[in-house]
Amino acid sequence: MSLEELYREVILDHYRNPRRRDALAAPTAHAEGHNPLCGDEITIDVAVSDGTLTEIAVSGQGCSISQASASMMAEAVTGKTLEEVDTLTGQFKSMMGIGDGADPIDPERPGATLGDLEALQGVKKFPVRIKCADLGWTTLEEALSSD
Amino acid sequence: MADLRHLRQDFPILDRTVNGKRLVYLDSAATTQKPRSVIEAIDHYYRTSNANVHRGAYTLSVEATEAYENARAKVADFIGATDSDELVFTRGTTTGINFVAYGWGLNHLTEGDRIVLTGMEHHSNIVPWQLVARHTGAELAYLPINEDYEVSLDDLDTVVNSRTKIVALSGMSNVTGAFGPVAAVSAAARSVGAITVVDAAQAVPHAPLDVALLGVDFLAFSGHKMLGPTGTGGLWGRRDRLEEMEPTEGGGEMISDVGLYESTWAPIPHKFEAGTPNIAGAVGLGAAVDYLSKVGMSEVRSHERALTKYGIEQLSAVPHLTIHGPADLDNRGGVISFQLADVHPHDIATILDQEGVAVRAGHHCAKPLMRSLGVPATARASFYLYNTPEDVDALVAALHHALELFGVS
Repeated sequence: MSLEELYREVILDHYRNPRRRDALAAPTAHAEGHNPLCGDEITIDVAVSDGTLTEIAVSGQGCSISQASASMMAEAVTGKTLEEVDTLTGQFKSMMGIGDGADPIDPERPGATLGDLEALQGVKKFPVRIKCADLGWTTLEEALSSD
Repeated sequence: MADLRHLRQDFPILDRTVNGKRLVYLDSAATTQKPRSVIEAIDHYYRTSNANVHRGAYTLSVEATEAYENARAKVADFIGATDSDELVFTRGTTTGINFVAYGWGLNHLTEGDRIVLTGMEHHSNIVPWQLVARHTGAELAYLPINEDYEVSLDDLDTVVNSRTKIVALSGMSNVTGAFGPVAAVSAAARSVGAITVVDAAQAVPHAPLDVALLGVDFLAFSGHKMLGPTGTGGLWGRRDRLEEMEPTEGGGEMISDVGLYESTWAPIPHKFEAGTPNIAGAVGLGAAVDYLSKVGMSEVRSHERALTKYGIEQLSAVPHLTIHGPADLDNRGGVISFQLADVHPHDIATILDQEGVAVRAGHHCAKPLMRSLGVPATARASFYLYNTPEDVDALVAALHHALELFGVS
């Protein structure tokens, strides 16, 4: 596994230009996640209406993997129904090798259904960094379960 | 540079590769590698003399007790303590500081008393005092760091005021490498009748140290940061201070007599060593101290000083690299924290690891210090006697690779 595969251009782009950073006018749920081991922090606000995640705002600081993953996630989940978000979360975790297996993925192309997020599959080869990639997703799950 | 290169052959782990590259171990501030003599001393103890200490009236137990107490004498001597009863074996620096916080602080602090710390402390020299302050109603006050990353003494006389009972400071920062102003601070503490506690986790392993000359009351250190095994350490305390300190752990081995409702304690140091101690660990720590004494702590210090000079020079030549630490080599040890462009320290650590270079990334258990540095995390390279200029060169080469990967020119 080479570092070039880990630090793909799309990851560095999301790290340097994180998406969905603008605060929401009327969030319906909020969660803060952090990884005490390395200090990565992600804060998420979401607006859910009629079972659809209409808006999301992400803030935080940390390594390229944690911040890029949260940014890509924000793009991917906006406008999705909560059920779709749940499936996507399961698929992402499966790609990282940490899912419960409820949302299996194609082993040949593990990121095929995940779009840009597919770029993160290289993280799986760096086990200590999986938690970084997962932080945004876990924080989103927490926000949605508090809703 | 004091050439200690020949010592590398004493450290078996330095022969291994990581990710196909020579291991370049630059995380000795976290824990040090172990020489063969330490590994073999532990092995030898278990093979030949293993028994519980201070009780069995049989040969093995006598041998184990001798080995354990000999180790105490060696470690005490290593830090300049003339009385080995003043050296309590602990699990490490954290345990030592907690012993003082609870065993001494809890019984000497009352509401409104003050505990003074500095702005460059490790969490293990902050949190125990916060806990004890919460129990007693004492307040915490800080000596801040200045723009040279050193503890500011500007307001020493007002911060260490007449209500101050305890002053606790690091002998050397695990983040910036800055030495703590132990002499000045302990003099101020003495003048108001306060005790001084030194977190010497980074100080004892890297330079000659003599508690008889320091004028402090307690000094805690870790075995694993000085070539010894994990789970070992020492708390040195002045005899009268240790005698007025209460044990914080009760159990076997620490008592003089036990009744149904009251007990009396064994003399120091045993009253602080409840339960079966880490005998093999103490033996290993004794061997570590033998090893360091043979090399000579002045040699260790001058080697690391020269390596730090080289490291700072080489790192300063890397584009977009900022070092967080004092420039004055006489006032700092072999720990170099840095930022590299917008490459996050965790990414630096991952990239360096692929080159076999092991560095620490994160807040280094010193979040208040990181906040005053204005950064959430740093990457940190730290040296010990087995490191070489080639290790610095490998670090620098890997950092250039990090810049390339992140497209920084």
